[in-house]
Amino acid sequence: MRDFWKRFARNKGAVIGLGILIAVVLLAALAPLLYPDSPWRMVQRPFLPPMEMDGFWFGTDTLGRDIGAGLAHGARISLLVGIVSTLVALSIGVTLGALAGYYGGLLDDALMRFTEFFQTIPNFALAIVLVAIFQPSITSIVMAIAIVSWPPVARLVRGEFLSLRSREFVQASVVIGQSNARIILTQVLPNTLSPVIVMASLMVATAILLESSLSFLGLGDPNHMSWGYMIGAARTVLRQAWWMSFFPGIAILLTVLALNLVGEGLNDALNPRLARKGR
Amino acid sequence: MGRLSYITRRLVKGLFVLLAIVILNFFLIRAAPGDPAQVMAGEAGASDEMFIEQLQERFGLNRPLHEQLFIYVKGIVTLDMGWSYRQDQSVASLIGQRLPATLLLTGTAFCISLMFGVLMGALAAARVGKWTDSLITTVALIFYATPLFWIALMAILLFSVYLGWLPGFGMVSVGAGYTGLAYIGDILAHLVLPALTLGLFYTAVYARMTRASMLEVMEMDYVKTAKAKGVAPGRITRVHVLRNALLPVITLAGIQAGQMIGGAVLTETVFAWPGIGRLMFDALLQRDYNLLLGIFFVSSAMVVLFNLITDLVYTFVDPRIEVS
Repeated sequence: MRDFWKRFARNKGAVIGLGILIAVVLLAALAPLLYPDSPWRMVQRPFLPPMEMDGFWFGTDTLGRDIGAGLAHGARISLLVGIVSTLVALSIGVTLGALAGYYGGLLDDALMRFTEFFQTIPNFALAIVLVAIFQPSITSIVMAIAIVSWPPVARLVRGEFLSLRSREFVQASVVIGQSNARIILTQVLPNTLSPVIVMASLMVATAILLESSLSFLGLGDPNHMSWGYMIGAARTVLRQAWWMSFFPGIAILLTVLALNLVGEGLNDALNPRLARKGR
Repeated sequence: MGRLSYITRRLVKGLFVLLAIVILNFFLIRAAPGDPAQVMAGEAGASDEMFIEQLQERFGLNRPLHEQLFIYVKGIVTLDMGWSYRQDQSVASLIGQRLPATLLLTGTAFCISLMFGVLMGALAAARVGKWTDSLITTVALIFYATPLFWIALMAILLFSVYLGWLPGFGMVSVGAGYTGLAYIGDILAHLVLPALTLGLFYTAVYARMTRASMLEVMEMDYVKTAKAKGVAPGRITRVHVLRNALLPVITLAGIQAGQMIGGAVLTETVFAWPGIGRLMFDALLQRDYNLLLGIFFVSSAMVVLFNLITDLVYTFVDPRIEVS
């Protein structure tokens, strides 16, 4: 564990990223305390510029809602959607990849065709269509993002399984008569964990970008404040009120950047053999 | 195996993918809440009894599912993607009108991003560990993390509203009535901001990819051999490293070229660019599912087409393909 942290901390960007990420998580966790009111409530006059009134550092939007409250409550939605959709995508991708890589043959062929098909479809367009047809809600957004993000996981896990399957410790388990399910779950899968964790951290970042893009287009859950929605709603008053779209954008940028940096740090720490040059 | 049979195999595969997408579309319409005829007619609007019955008749909606599917696939094959009841035009003609604008935008963005991305990535790899590398890597990382639609808005704010250098709305100046060269110049001026914002994200993608790929190739034995033989460093980078490092970048570019349609939805929406991305946004607002799925199909078809082109380019760049 200490080794892990030492390797992680050697990457300065990763430490900065982790710091930002912790701040965002705290903001999300403390949102109900910092802004107990609903972020949809009108609390001040509309179009209040930032830094002009105590307690409203980020100004208000076209309806007099506090942008600060929107930022805090939006953090919850971004993180929630990012994490849950990544977990769903991982469970699809790991299952299919493990089956394809472990059993090989016809099953592998079929599953890989299926994966390729999903990789070919333009993924943002598919996400739009899915959310529009199944009506915008947290569930449909999470499912849509998961459906467009699992293929790379399946390919990664399949590749790892292919190379691990022929290794001695796996062969030994076969010889002593362990069941396939047991070998997959207890022998091979734990060994694929490192690259999957690295990929997952990057997937959360992409999922947050996707969620914000969907909400921006008006496909967000209408019951929850989100950063993408805030920017989409402020788009028409861009010329009069820059702050309404500026701050939520910075929030997305920082969160996604932090996750990417942490992902690189995890890569350095978990795959030391592959540690990149130039550091 | 010859180049021709390789391409034929890819073509057949592409056609299968398209067929699968058509079938997916078919089931998506039926997955939408409500009666498919209602869905096709649009939720509100002209959905009286008579009209719905006509629709059911036309699409065979009261016949068994496999016959419905057959009718649907037959329609797509003859380029009949249905009727947009909201816009009172056929989906195919609506998309046809808007496609050139999108191709202009995505094509420009694609060229810009590939050119700058490879250049930046190669520069960073050649100066790995130096400040040039750090600068390029950091900037690429930031643009990689920035939402496209937000960059677009900020670009309008800075270059259009604040500085007043470039137009940030539409494709031509309304009511200016330009002709000839002035007309082309007007379109180009409108093209700059949307193409740059759409290209920025992909520039970051290609720069990261080129850098990583080049660093990997630099470790290869044949590069060491070339160094040992005393080949000039510049020549090693250009001839030995870059050419091989570009292979994965080409694959990625082929995939991204089609995927750019997705980014175009956001860019065109912000800049009011009259392409199919903007059309998709309008279809979304009006819950015009026929049009939405039509655009989805066309953009998927474009991805398949670009993948084919990539395969073709590959056979020329990578000689190993022919024997494999």
